[in-house]
Amino acid sequence: MARDSQAALVALNRFGFGARGGASGDFLNAASDPRGFVKAELGRPNGALLEVPGLQSTPALGRAAFDYQFEVQRARDAAAKSAAPPAAGEGASPQSPEAKGQRRNLSLNSIAMEMAPKEPPAKPPENATTAGVETMQPAPPKPSPPRTAELNIIQKTFRTEALARLQRAVIADGGFAERLVVFWSNHFCISAAKGGLAQMWAGSFEREAIRPHVLGRFADMLKAVEQHPAMLFFLDNQQSLGPDSRAGKNRNRGLNENLAREILELHTLGVGGGYSQDDVTALAHIITGWTFAGRLGQLGAPGTFVFNANAHQPGAQRVMGKTYDAEGVAQGEAVLADIARHPSTAKFIAGKFARHFVSDEPPPALVARLADVFTKTDGDLKALALALVDSEEAWKTPLSKIRSPYEFLIAAGRLLAQIPNNPNLYLGGLRTLGQPLWSPSGPNGFADTNAAWLAPEGIKLRLDISTQIASRLAEGVDPRDLLELAAADTASVETRRTIERAESRQQALALLLMSPEFQRR
Amino acid sequence: MSMETSMNCCEDMRSSVTSRRAVLLGGASFAAWAYLPKFARAADGRDPRLVVIILRGALDGLATVAPIGDPEYAGLHGAIALSSGGPNAALPLDNFFSLHPAMPEFSRMYRDKKAAVIHAVATPYRDRSHFDGQDVLESGFAGPGRVQSGWLNRALEGLPKGERVTSALAVGPVTPLVLRGAAPTVGWAPLVVPQASEDTAMRLVELYQHRDAALASALKQGLALDKAAQGDDMKPKPGAGGVAAMRLAARGAARLMGADNGPRIGALAFDGWDTHANEGGPVGRLAQLLGGLDGALAEFETEMGPRWRDTVIVVATEFGRTARINGTQGTDHGTGTVALLAGGAVKGGRVIADWPGLKPANLYQDRDLAPTTDLRAVMKGVLKDQFGLAEKVLAENVFPDSGAVKPMQGLVV
Repeated sequence: MARDSQAALVALNRFGFGARGGASGDFLNAASDPRGFVKAELGRPNGALLEVPGLQSTPALGRAAFDYQFEVQRARDAAAKSAAPPAAGEGASPQSPEAKGQRRNLSLNSIAMEMAPKEPPAKPPENATTAGVETMQPAPPKPSPPRTAELNIIQKTFRTEALARLQRAVIADGGFAERLVVFWSNHFCISAAKGGLAQMWAGSFEREAIRPHVLGRFADMLKAVEQHPAMLFFLDNQQSLGPDSRAGKNRNRGLNENLAREILELHTLGVGGGYSQDDVTALAHIITGWTFAGRLGQLGAPGTFVFNANAHQPGAQRVMGKTYDAEGVAQGEAVLADIARHPSTAKFIAGKFARHFVSDEPPPALVARLADVFTKTDGDLKALALALVDSEEAWKTPLSKIRSPYEFLIAAGRLLAQIPNNPNLYLGGLRTLGQPLWSPSGPNGFADTNAAWLAPEGIKLRLDISTQIASRLAEGVDPRDLLELAAADTASVETRRTIERAESRQQALALLLMSPEFQRR
Repeated sequence: MSMETSMNCCEDMRSSVTSRRAVLLGGASFAAWAYLPKFARAADGRDPRLVVIILRGALDGLATVAPIGDPEYAGLHGAIALSSGGPNAALPLDNFFSLHPAMPEFSRMYRDKKAAVIHAVATPYRDRSHFDGQDVLESGFAGPGRVQSGWLNRALEGLPKGERVTSALAVGPVTPLVLRGAAPTVGWAPLVVPQASEDTAMRLVELYQHRDAALASALKQGLALDKAAQGDDMKPKPGAGGVAAMRLAARGAARLMGADNGPRIGALAFDGWDTHANEGGPVGRLAQLLGGLDGALAEFETEMGPRWRDTVIVVATEFGRTARINGTQGTDHGTGTVALLAGGAVKGGRVIADWPGLKPANLYQDRDLAPTTDLRAVMKGVLKDQFGLAEKVLAENVFPDSGAVKPMQGLVV
């Protein structure tokens, strides 16, 4: 096949995380067989799994978190006994410790440091000049002490999991499988910002419930997600009791419909997918008892999914016109199996998939074809991905979408051939740009449109971040060569000229990272 | 979703210093986009400001402004119900409604007749999806339509044009939908980021102007930060979490909007109001958030300076929550809720409500506070009185197909 640079850009940027720098030859490889380049990553058995030494299972992490929280509580109780009564309002905010520890300026600077690990450790950056600005509290910024020593087990775990994910994304061949992981992980998102167990399990949730099924069946992913302790915790289902269940009667507590609603609205049928409030309530009843075992393991091994029959609303329930009368956990599993193959689900998933990979307004024929593939293959997600790659539309539609902050930072790391060995820097950058890792502000995940990521403040911050990266990494690289690696002859005359005429390597690299060729996918 | 999830956008905020950027912006791109509210030079020197604060996640209106006088309320809201005395004591507003005790500043403004409550209010949306609810609330359309512009932006477009350069202010790294659209906005987020040099920025603007109009527009607007928002006191208070973040965002926004040539219109969004579990009564999760909101209102009052007297702040949310508490001491997605008004230009000291009552038969679908007031009537009333927007413009452009919803009269002094 003749070299096709435009198709190479699609293969690398639309379906992947961009070309790697160094001697990867990514652009040439992609140009010689664009579709083959993209599909290669789907052909590897278990290619989407992330099995890295040091990453533990959800139950193991759960036990560690339970023990830690137990110790903290015990220490608190002991302190309370020996001291005066605690101040009112204290402790009511389980703020994410990760968030608390991060300072934007430090983390941004650190991105660049991370990407240039040989640099001597820099002192925390001073604020940009304050000349001419009224200083209301002129105290100098406190130097940030090294924080590694203070991290608790939950924070450490989050960083370990984040690092594994970031490293995989930076070294992956093209990145299509990783992009699919990110897509599905965002579709079935939890938020680590809920703190505690959500932060502890954010990584293991993705490894266990998302990755094994990214090239498998939607129904299997759905079941794995809704029965994962992280999701049950995130959407409060472990607290939900059937009003007529034994526990519900005894404890004077009851239903919480949070998870049931999001299953129907966000995970499967989509809003407008034909469900009613009664369906939400019925499904909430059906999945009462879906919980996970706690520290003492009374219901099962700590940190595992368990069905608590005592909490389950007894009796038959009607969802989407069908009656489910099975007992126990099978009742909910039957509903999930049915809604996974509902036509509304096919339509919803196909539209979201095409919108993510192709265009904010994807060609309707493409969406219809993807929905058809989803239905005919009973939700085979590999078939769905292949259908997208095999479509003409995916290769003909202009590269109009702006990279998300995650895609942007990973693409920069790849081009500059910097494998992260400390996640904080990326985590800080993502937070600054409004896409904190595994921490969307709601269960609908991060937005996926240009309207969200083309915001003025966001673009300006990208420029600042690009400048920071460039100030650390431009020595020893020629931005003109990097432009060849990233875009080759698809680079516009203006971009080429802007980079060539820059007054320094640093400026040239910042401009390359901000160029339309690098920002669009 | 959880309550604590979402202050991340504002976590660990510190000042950034960007005075040079105001120059870059003011001279070039925005001169063509000059808007001048027609009251700005009226004889009385009135120069109106409007701030819209979106509470994402659906605020529990019955917990915020509790109808203690309704005999059904205490039973429905159970252990978290506020009362006129005892451990759950609320701040009385009138002989029927009381305010959550976490809002002493709002209470003071109310007594000073600079704050008002509209109760049993809702957008036209009657389902219970946050995301569609927010789409309706912010787009200003009667239903969720995936529109990519917001009513506040279209209101800006409707303002009479003049020579004074101004535009609307979007606080945070992502512009809220309510302010997205054709009229220009400037973004500001209280963060510290070492800045790119002006020369680099200019070169990039030049490149974008040749190659990518959308990026050019976003970057030019993003560069338009104003040093007025900056100051070293923008450092976060350790441990204060989202509450401090709300105050800091408000403080920066207020400094920008309080300037003589500052933006007339601004929007902020605070996340985290989805209190499905352990909502809490006089203390707890909701109380903490309401305290943050209360502090943010106080920041506006302080930092707007003389412009506070011309200011209206509207606090709105996508819908309310169930009237009954759920099985986990929280509330699920409901319908009717409250809107709050604060500011020197508010004709306050009133709870405005066509109270539907909380008897089971009076609840919406036997579960939610029944809405009796259309939130658009409130917004229209404010826009009409603050900026003189014509009813026709409001009914056709700002809130399309809303002719039947009349602007609420007399909200502004």
